[in-house]
Amino acid sequence: MAKHTLIAYVEDVPGVLNRIASLFRRRNFNIDSLTVGRTEQPGVSRMTVVVDATDAGARIVEANLYKLVNVLRVDDLTDKSALMRELGLIKVKVTPQNRIEVLQLVDVFRAHVVDVDESTVVIEVSGAPEKIGKLETVLRPYGIVETVRTGAVAMARGKELISSAPPLVRTEVGHEHDSGVSMSV
Amino acid sequence: MKLTGAEIIWECLQKEGVDVVFGYPGGAILPTYDAMTKYPKIHHVLVRHEQGATHMADGYARASGKVGVAIATSGPGATNMVTGIATAMMDSSPIVCITGQVGSKAIGTDAFQETDVTGVTLPVTKHNYLVTKPGDIARAIREAFYIAKSGRPGPVLVDITKDAQQLTAEFDWEAAAPRLPGYRPSYHAPASEYARAAELINSAQRPLILAGQGILKSGTTAEVLKLAKAANIPITTTLLGIGAIPASSEFNLGMMGMHGEAWVNQAIQQADLLIALGMRFDDRVTGNLKTYAVNAKKIHVDIDPTEINKNVPVDVALIGDLREVLALIQPQVKKAEHPEWWATINVNRGDSSVRDIKNLPDSGHLYAAHVINDIWRLTQNRDTIVVTDVGQHQMWEAQYFHHDKPRSLITSGGLGTMGFALPAAIGAKFACPKKDVWVIVGDGGFQMTSCELATAEQEGIKVNVAIINNAFLGMVRQWQEFFYDKRYAATPMTGPNFVKLAEAYRLTGLLCDKRSEVKSTVEKTLAAKGTVVIDFVVEKEDTVFPMVPAGAALDAMIRRPKQDVMLESGSDKDWEMPSSALPNVFAEAKAEAAALNGHAKSKKPSAKTARPAARKAAKTARR
Repeated sequence: MAKHTLIAYVEDVPGVLNRIASLFRRRNFNIDSLTVGRTEQPGVSRMTVVVDATDAGARIVEANLYKLVNVLRVDDLTDKSALMRELGLIKVKVTPQNRIEVLQLVDVFRAHVVDVDESTVVIEVSGAPEKIGKLETVLRPYGIVETVRTGAVAMARGKELISSAPPLVRTEVGHEHDSGVSMSV
Repeated sequence: MKLTGAEIIWECLQKEGVDVVFGYPGGAILPTYDAMTKYPKIHHVLVRHEQGATHMADGYARASGKVGVAIATSGPGATNMVTGIATAMMDSSPIVCITGQVGSKAIGTDAFQETDVTGVTLPVTKHNYLVTKPGDIARAIREAFYIAKSGRPGPVLVDITKDAQQLTAEFDWEAAAPRLPGYRPSYHAPASEYARAAELINSAQRPLILAGQGILKSGTTAEVLKLAKAANIPITTTLLGIGAIPASSEFNLGMMGMHGEAWVNQAIQQADLLIALGMRFDDRVTGNLKTYAVNAKKIHVDIDPTEINKNVPVDVALIGDLREVLALIQPQVKKAEHPEWWATINVNRGDSSVRDIKNLPDSGHLYAAHVINDIWRLTQNRDTIVVTDVGQHQMWEAQYFHHDKPRSLITSGGLGTMGFALPAAIGAKFACPKKDVWVIVGDGGFQMTSCELATAEQEGIKVNVAIINNAFLGMVRQWQEFFYDKRYAATPMTGPNFVKLAEAYRLTGLLCDKRSEVKSTVEKTLAAKGTVVIDFVVEKEDTVFPMVPAGAALDAMIRRPKQDVMLESGSDKDWEMPSSALPNVFAEAKAEAAALNGHAKSKKPSAKTARPAARKAAKTARR
């Protein structure tokens, strides 16, 4: 089992998140994280789904995503050169004695302090999900009050073409109907 | 043209070529029912329960190949449809369900008869819609029909709020054309895959075609037979594939799987190449996946990419429409005879057929298998559709009714929905009014939806209902006999006097409890005008053989009993356990239960070894 990062472009219609969540639940796929946001194209949302699956399992997840009528395209970034970023906010207990120590750690992780009061600091950190996890680990001894993470978003690097490969590598997509406007990216 | 939403619904149905809808009115769908009177070309069948409406639409779709339509109101009307929708989903049957919804302003307020129907049906539909504006209705219905029938067919539900039905909008059929950028009904496998597939077929010594329902859906019976003929490849069908290949074809070995014939399952296990056409390696077909056809390469042809490698890893996947795939592969297949392979199969077959119940003379007992086989023989020269329910009779029908025509058997395979048969048969009769429609149903399943007899009576249609009445939930009883030491918990079952029940519905009721009377009963049934209900009172504790226990290897099956035992008495059988151990799922479950109850270390001998002996003792005691 390994982590697979899938990007799904979906029509921005009511219930589409429910459809995806229901699919994962129904087929017993393990979601690690799922984020949704708008894209440069109106009416199209982009989801980054990180799943725990074997390679074959990831292919099946991909095929099942494609089967949803509202899913426009799915890309697997796992074996591509890609950027993965996540944002985290961590609220840590501090005392006048150890505040400097904490701030040094924040510097090391190239994070920012976004709120300070007499007994806590809130740290904003972004980067690969592992980095945020690491910062959480080193801050834990000071006492973490609260953590929130956005889940990973991903994008292929540089000119890396996002393939239009359909779910199974060995097939080509058929265009049964060509009526209407194409919304595929 | 400005129309109300309700009128738009009927306009769309008419434009889609719908001639009959099955439905049940209610508050939230009333505007649509009110508008129905303006569209007399569409016949509305009033059902007695919304589950019946969906099964009828399903039966209609399976018999005709067209899209079946069911209508219900919001809340309970819609939730009653769920079983029928799930049935259609599992068996890839194209139906469109239209449900009323509370007014768009009331959504989310727990209004009277409000249910989140799109939410409830989401996992059991191919797609669904919630429509809150009259202007969106036409497109939703057009897309629903398109999605339901294209690619791998399936059910689509359109939930329409009451105000959307009442308000008016411009109706423009052309502008409402489907816009589905993310929908891919079919794929085309690249040429390299075809070359690999052809190479596997041409080099195989023991090839076998697994024929599924995809052949019926794509109408490719002739093409599959052509492929079989080219390389002399034997064919076996799934339950839903029955009829896709004529039973009388020399290539057709019969049905595979849990209750498939022994030689068929042995052939699968011995084959060196499985060519799976429009089937999905269901667990009832494969038995234990770890031991399933381990010697065989596999070619999987399916229109749905999610089926590839789902249960059985395959060597070549040809994703696409079966007709296209067969057309491309056929020219690359070289002629072959495979005499040794056929000789092996025929040796296995010879051994099994002497155990066949239909070769037994009348012993005074009425066996379900006899009834079904007799109905087949007596109706051979007629055009017949058989609709079966779920359970023992379903398997006996699959074994003893020999279907030569596509779409002549309609049955709930994937979901195994009891209560399916009678309503589905009514739907099938509307699709094919000129054909005889027989319902073969158990006494349990019949009682689930017997209210639809009233529908048949009101519509004045004729379906012939053969109740295989063994006063048991037979298939469950069989499992209890085999795997739960004959503890018949909640399986003995009484029923009404079925003859009087039929008469109460102003229909004909017949009783038959002797094999010698089967012929005259069937003849009377065929001669009768309206729907006939026949109560075939059969052996109570009869068993479907052969049987692959759940979780066991496909060829480790429980075989048919020996002839002489069968002749002696029906209920006193001496069936053979497979030589290999029973699947340990039951032993494990027992151990688990014991551990939970805190006596894991009971000193009983292991369940596996003790069981056959215990069973023999039980049998003697009963005698």
